[in-house]
Amino acid sequence: MAEAHPVGFQWVMEAKRRGAKVFHVDPRFTRTSAVADEYLPIRAGTDIALLGGVVRYILDNELDFREYVLSYTNAATIVSEEFSDTEDGDGFFSGFDPETGTYVQDSWQYEGHEDSSGSGHTAQERDSAAGLTHESHGAPVGGQTRRDETLQHPRCVYQILKRHFARYTPEMVERVCGISQAQFLELARAWTANSGRDRTGMLIYSVGWTQHSVGVQYIRTGAIIQLLLGNMGRPGGGVMALRGHASIQGSTDIPTLFNLLPGYLPMPHHAEHPSFDEWVDSIRHPGQKGFWGNARSFAASLLKAYWGDAATPENDFCYGYLPRLTGDHGTYQQVLNMIDGKIKGYFLLGQNPAVGSAHGRAQRLGMANLDWLVVRDLFMIESATFWQNGPEVATGEIVPEECRTEVFFLPAASHVEKEGTFTQTQRLLQWREKAVEPPGDARSELWFFYHLGRKLREKLADSTLPRDRALLDLTWDYPTHGPHAEPSAEAVLREINGYDVATGRPLSGFAEARADGSTAIGCWIYSGVYADGVNQAARRKSRHEQDWVAAEWGWAWPANRRILYNRASADPDGNPWSERKRYVWWDAEKAEWTGYDVPDFEKTKPPSYRPPVGASGPEGIAGDDPFVMQGDGKGWLYAPSGVLDGPLPTHYEPVESPVRNPLYGQQANPTRKMYAHPVNSVNPSPPQEHAQVFPYVFTVSRLTEHHTAGAMSRTVSPLAELQPEMFVEVSPALAGEVGLTHLGWAHLVSGRAVIEAKVLVTDRLTPLRVDGRIIHQVWLPYHFGFEGLVTGDSANDLFGISLDPNVLIQESKVGTCDVRPGRRPTGPALLDLVADYQRRAGIVPGQHAPAVTTDNEGKEHGAS
Amino acid sequence: MFRGSLAWEGVSGLGLRTFIEGWPVYRQLTGTDPLGRGAAAKSDGSRALTARTEDADSVARSVCPYCAVGCGQRVFVKDGQVSQIEGDPDSPISRGRLCPKGSASKSLVTSPLRQTTVRYRRPYSTQWEDLELDTALDMIADRILAAREQTWEDVDTQGRPLNRTLGISSLGGATLDNEENYLIKKLFTAMGALQIENQARI
Repeated sequence: MAEAHPVGFQWVMEAKRRGAKVFHVDPRFTRTSAVADEYLPIRAGTDIALLGGVVRYILDNELDFREYVLSYTNAATIVSEEFSDTEDGDGFFSGFDPETGTYVQDSWQYEGHEDSSGSGHTAQERDSAAGLTHESHGAPVGGQTRRDETLQHPRCVYQILKRHFARYTPEMVERVCGISQAQFLELARAWTANSGRDRTGMLIYSVGWTQHSVGVQYIRTGAIIQLLLGNMGRPGGGVMALRGHASIQGSTDIPTLFNLLPGYLPMPHHAEHPSFDEWVDSIRHPGQKGFWGNARSFAASLLKAYWGDAATPENDFCYGYLPRLTGDHGTYQQVLNMIDGKIKGYFLLGQNPAVGSAHGRAQRLGMANLDWLVVRDLFMIESATFWQNGPEVATGEIVPEECRTEVFFLPAASHVEKEGTFTQTQRLLQWREKAVEPPGDARSELWFFYHLGRKLREKLADSTLPRDRALLDLTWDYPTHGPHAEPSAEAVLREINGYDVATGRPLSGFAEARADGSTAIGCWIYSGVYADGVNQAARRKSRHEQDWVAAEWGWAWPANRRILYNRASADPDGNPWSERKRYVWWDAEKAEWTGYDVPDFEKTKPPSYRPPVGASGPEGIAGDDPFVMQGDGKGWLYAPSGVLDGPLPTHYEPVESPVRNPLYGQQANPTRKMYAHPVNSVNPSPPQEHAQVFPYVFTVSRLTEHHTAGAMSRTVSPLAELQPEMFVEVSPALAGEVGLTHLGWAHLVSGRAVIEAKVLVTDRLTPLRVDGRIIHQVWLPYHFGFEGLVTGDSANDLFGISLDPNVLIQESKVGTCDVRPGRRPTGPALLDLVADYQRRAGIVPGQHAPAVTTDNEGKEHGAS
Repeated sequence: MFRGSLAWEGVSGLGLRTFIEGWPVYRQLTGTDPLGRGAAAKSDGSRALTARTEDADSVARSVCPYCAVGCGQRVFVKDGQVSQIEGDPDSPISRGRLCPKGSASKSLVTSPLRQTTVRYRRPYSTQWEDLELDTALDMIADRILAAREQTWEDVDTQGRPLNRTLGISSLGGATLDNEENYLIKKLFTAMGALQIENQARI
């Protein structure tokens, strides 16, 4: 955190000054470790084993916050007797379909709800990254659930959890993660001791956690611990994602993502959502409890914002205009399709996949096979010049005279040359004022897309084709100003907020959304950001002039609420758990919820409220059910649906690992998304043969002085001077083993690429004793590329493409490689070296190991 | 800095008192700055200096463009140019602080490496050419319409609507404003382009 989010880290240091104990778990000793109380080196890719050990420690010692757990989580809920655990299935839950490599979730449901898992089969959900739309929408839990408040029933969640993690002992943590039992126990003791009525603990992760084939389950394990310890919905608690880009939260909420529409409404699927009603019902689940019951209003209001007068109740608000998913349209599938010549044109908007995405060679080969490419950036980045200066030009794989891609480079406006809002990592929107005009041809994306849309509509003005109606009927009349006719960002923010169609009055919040076409809302969760016609995100009341919650600085979605599910900061009767942790509580005199924050609960629903039989929507949520977006109002220790690779997290080895899974016969996540494409490959792992060809683990991360793929830092002289070259950190032991010299050169080889780096021999890397042998890990920064003031080979070139099944994010925090002294070969000799490694490792490009591990595999690789 | 030595030759003319007061060490010993880190070390030259922030024509309240912590920035402008970017002490998030990257924001936005004109590379060409911005916009619009024409899918094999093109892709958004992402998604959706992604998938 000190490396990648230094200014956020001041709050950790503030807590430390007040007595908090800081634990830092990382494969590499960083600037965070240097100021932490304890540093725990860990083998990359084993976090579920570590956190699972903490879960076991809590349950074995009965250290859970029992009153919270009983009232606010599904610990007491009884699960179907058809469910069987990975402990009994050698790494498989019940319901696995080896044909598709996905689960049928029926047997995971609560008892009596076996039929309520939707389609049950998750193959299609994996392809469209739809699993988590259930999670955020609360999976359907109709009617009542059976509970055992004593937590003794063998099939209640509490007991299932206990059995599931029974083998995650301190000894097992040591064996899997390489963390000593003493250090593990110190971590577990401190975490549990700092949780309860009077104290809360926070779990902070950076989004490297998501870049694993089991990334979502990492975060699930953290959430289980935080629920068991009563740390959710309370001040100083929570699971906090430290995201890495100025508005990556905003670009998820208002998604430039293939599977979502604004406000986490799913992009329709051609088979699942043929009609507006079916689409809406898949979100709101008729009869279900919780706030997604109002989904019809949000959906109708979005379409009304898009298509204005053309969108009427009679034509389902132009639902027919929306394009439909048929499967996986994610960025990695797209790149493979580019290589195969299926994609004509590609826009890059402040993103540099030639350096920043996994398998850089695939990225560059894909871009070299387009009709046209539009790059909008501040600087001439690698993704614009791959045809001229890329590594494949050196190897002869891309010949400029034979590369057909037409490239448009359009300079972009910087953050001070335009106005608008960023949403930072805590859901807080902050408006930026414009300081100066952009130079030359540089323009904002707002300008580019507004005028591009204007031109498209002009060119199509006379079209009678049905496919052009969606463009021609689009509301696209934003006011412009200034010499370049810059569209008004405030007008767009007002549309995002939503307005009353008849009067144009900005809505005060999503409670005003209507399903009859009388309201238009661009992103329902942001409704309220322009309440009363005031730009609430522009509020800048000094921290010196308001309380510590600072509710008048910017605006947080939803409803300017700073902590989600904050009803849980009070006990079931509505009183604060303790004076020290007072945050939101029930004021019996006024008969309403009150506190320092906006209560995340219906304001006047008393703690004693019990829903009438058969109630649905918000009415179905009891007065002591704080998790109001969930179908049962409970925090889910066990997820009966929503998470595609299991209702509970299970330790699987990374897709590429030198270690045989010590816990299960199944080696890696059996549901991971794999691509059998000639450009892609996976290094062999046990029990496959030849794993020893790539004996070392490598991991990558950021340096304080650089930013992601380097476009905003390798071009900036003070930053380039501070970190001027690509390097690899290795332990003295590994340097000795391989023959590396400090400040000399090394090259690293995977089944995809070979890259070179300067050698930094340092104790920051610790050889780990894992399952009876020493595992060496090396670390690389992933910022370097071939353009800018400082250049170097790209670490992301080493990775292949294997994805988490829930969110289709690639495993790019851990892989295997070989490390060799000296510089890498150049030209065609470089390709020969990679080919030689592939041959020795038995890699056949386009084929990968079967998803299901069998001990007699390895003789030959199975095709997909 | 030891300024006194420069004045040796003119001692008699200047007067001894003025000469001695010209020594920082004297001011250090007699004044309020015994460590010589403040007033005692000032010269006439440094006394006359003012902060770049003081004579700015305007100040914009902004937010750092790097990571997602969202540190407050104040952007100072003089003669239409960014003259300084500093942390905003009012921010409850950052309390005026910026990291090395945030502190280098002025160097980022004023970098001489910034590309400020449109560049165009023809198919099979070995070099860049210049292009007018409006021409580029027009050419891109034409290419979008051609890609839709070539790859449009009305319905699936069972006649269910698809309304889309898989011939167009886009990547990016995490560094952009919410308002920009909103227009990007809205326009691409209306043109039937599904394959819109950003860093959140990576």
